[in-house]
Amino acid sequence: MTKVKSLADLKKMKEELQAKIEVREKGEVSENLVQIKVAMATCGIAAGAKPIMEFLIDELDKRGINAVVTQTGCMGYCYAEPTIEVKLPGKDPVIFGYVDKKKADEIIEKYIKNGELVDGIIPTNYETIDNK
Amino acid sequence: MKDLSLHILDIVQNSVVALATSIQITIEKNLQKDFITLTISDNGKGMDKAFLERVTDPFTTTRTTRKVGLGIPLLKLNAERTGGNLAIQSELGKGTIIKATLIPSNIDCLPMGDVAGTISLLICSNPTINIEFTYMEDKKEYSICTRDIQESLEDVSIDNAAVYPLVKELIQSNLEELQIRNLG
Repeated sequence: MTKVKSLADLKKMKEELQAKIEVREKGEVSENLVQIKVAMATCGIAAGAKPIMEFLIDELDKRGINAVVTQTGCMGYCYAEPTIEVKLPGKDPVIFGYVDKKKADEIIEKYIKNGELVDGIIPTNYETIDNK
Repeated sequence: MKDLSLHILDIVQNSVVALATSIQITIEKNLQKDFITLTISDNGKGMDKAFLERVTDPFTTTRTTRKVGLGIPLLKLNAERTGGNLAIQSELGKGTIIKATLIPSNIDCLPMGDVAGTISLLICSNPTINIEFTYMEDKKEYSICTRDIQESLEDVSIDNAAVYPLVKELIQSNLEELQIRNLG
């Protein structure tokens, strides 16, 4: 990959990017995407949520999974940080706690790809953070 | 927090929650005069006087999910630990400016950390907020903002996952160049 050094370089990369995005997003609306929220309040950041978020963005891209990774605030599970909320299309959101890179990898491979549940789910009658 | 960039990531969340549409993040590093300042200013909803007085108290928070708010107190601690300080100005309805000053020669001063990663994460995950980032080291300066990046990307959305690594690389290479020029 050529190095991006200026906004002009970024502009050049755009077409390449566009082609990549189009192939993947064909016919998909955001409801059909995997949505991941990483808890990034003080507690999450201190526990290492930033490297986990970067890992998720990188790996999902590498593994060709079309997902939206966003930040969210504290979900109230400070003891279990880093926590992430994963919402598969058509399913209720699930929160995973104590997510390190190994766990994140497991979540991608098992839960996101195959819908298999993995250890570390925080069980609640949970609604997504935005509705709280 | 392990480094200063994580503090920035944390404090900027306050501006996001305060519904800011424009956030300026400025880092100024001056090793000759021995100071680092981190300034984050936003046009969010601001704080009233009573809240402003309590805001460095760890038991002050606007959250409902927990009773403590440690973002500002931790930054204050880390600044004061080096002999520096933390100043906050805020006006209800206008916005907030928070400025931390640290003394880099002090052994307790935290390292900068992954500034490029932090800034690009903030820019890419808050597409509706115009984030302006400025880094100053001695007399050299680099700045970039959400709007410029979005303009270069045209119709590709800035929050697309494929964009993040590019933005990070852009900021990283510019910051590196700044530092190399300073050494030479």
